[in-house]
Amino acid sequence: MSEKEVKNLEEIFEARIARDEKIEPKDWMPEKYRKTNIRQISQHAHSEIVGMLPEGNWISRAPSLRRKVALLAKVQDEAGHGLYLYSACETLGISRDELYEQLHSGKAKYSSIFNYPTVTWADMGAIGWLVDGAAIINQVPLCSTSYGPYARAMIRVCKEESFHQRQGFEIMLKLANGTPEQKDMAQDALNRWWWPSLMMLGPTDAESVHTEQSMRWKLKRKTNDELRQQFIDQTVPQADLLGLTIPDPDLKWNEARGSYDFGEINWDEFWQVVKGHGPSNKKRMKDRVGAWERGAWVRDAAMAYAEKNENRKVKKAI
Amino acid sequence: MSKNWPLWEVFVRSKNGLEHRHCGSLHAADAQMAMANARDVYTRRSEGVSIWVVESSHITASNPENNGEMFEPAADKVYRHPTFYDLPDEVKHM
Ligand SMILES: [Fe+2]
Ligand SMILES: [Fe+2]
Ligand SMILES: [Fe+2]
Repeated sequence: MSEKEVKNLEEIFEARIARDEKIEPKDWMPEKYRKTNIRQISQHAHSEIVGMLPEGNWISRAPSLRRKVALLAKVQDEAGHGLYLYSACETLGISRDELYEQLHSGKAKYSSIFNYPTVTWADMGAIGWLVDGAAIINQVPLCSTSYGPYARAMIRVCKEESFHQRQGFEIMLKLANGTPEQKDMAQDALNRWWWPSLMMLGPTDAESVHTEQSMRWKLKRKTNDELRQQFIDQTVPQADLLGLTIPDPDLKWNEARGSYDFGEINWDEFWQVVKGHGPSNKKRMKDRVGAWERGAWVRDAAMAYAEKNENRKVKKAI
Repeated sequence: MSKNWPLWEVFVRSKNGLEHRHCGSLHAADAQMAMANARDVYTRRSEGVSIWVVESSHITASNPENNGEMFEPAADKVYRHPTFYDLPDEVKHM
């Protein structure tokens, strides 16, 4: 293709985006659009499946059968979310194997939040309430992202997310209204998960290298700072309802802005975790890679069995 | 060296009377496994009463580059639509 032809295609492409048309897998797209999508969707997919690990930690120790079935169902949903997103990503011409390879080798990132440990049962409450809460805020605008398969995956994901947050909030509510020890446990979980949840929405707009292009291509529909403010504004009243205190002395309502002002985020901590030095990065990767490797013989056996059956069918036909 | 599981497309009928609709894809070693996984992944909340799975490689898709010759000829055939025909208002039930 000549340079002029590419330029022409690019213009048509930009016009389609501007008209809010969806881009589908076989449509022509700039290489950079494809790459950016692969990065964003796969990061999201990796986050869903690594996100199962901190919660999986508590399934066998859930305090009641009601809590156990709910947590099990939630973790299973996250596996599904990973699968929808990997599938969407594969439509861009990258294989599942390559995607896993990028995750396992550390080349691809996943959400920094999952590199924190889950040390008490209250963490299941805080994760559902705050982490899934922040995820929903991030995901709802993505339902109208410009890449068709990604948008469709996000619609499905969003439908399933709301139970995740509600079950988490219910756990917090129960603890917050329980014995003083239980209430302390809930407060302690909020103390530990609050700031990482804010960081989870990504670096500030000024620091975010991909935001501008992604907004233009409608891969992202709201900036990190907008999402963060929205999250804070909706979460503070929920904390009040629980009778818990958000661990930020600078948090206060700003009448003029109609929003909460909040304290400085420790971005050093965020970058440390992103670079692999969070409390649980090593454990998460070890668990994930270990599960993949230990499952290899099962995958091979299933494939061998399928091939044997196929051959048998062919022989019969002859 | 292991061989990758092929990709399958999943179609779900949400209730009798409606058509099967494409709802996503997954990897599986064979049709039976694709069916089992499709059930677990796509119908956990009563989304369906019937599932089709088909190996993705068996689907032939039209190429958007040919959209012009494929779909544009339909655009100037307005006479295929009822509104093309002028009838007096007095004509009822037509
Ligand atoms: Fe999820
Ligand atoms: Fe998610
Ligand atoms: Fe979730």
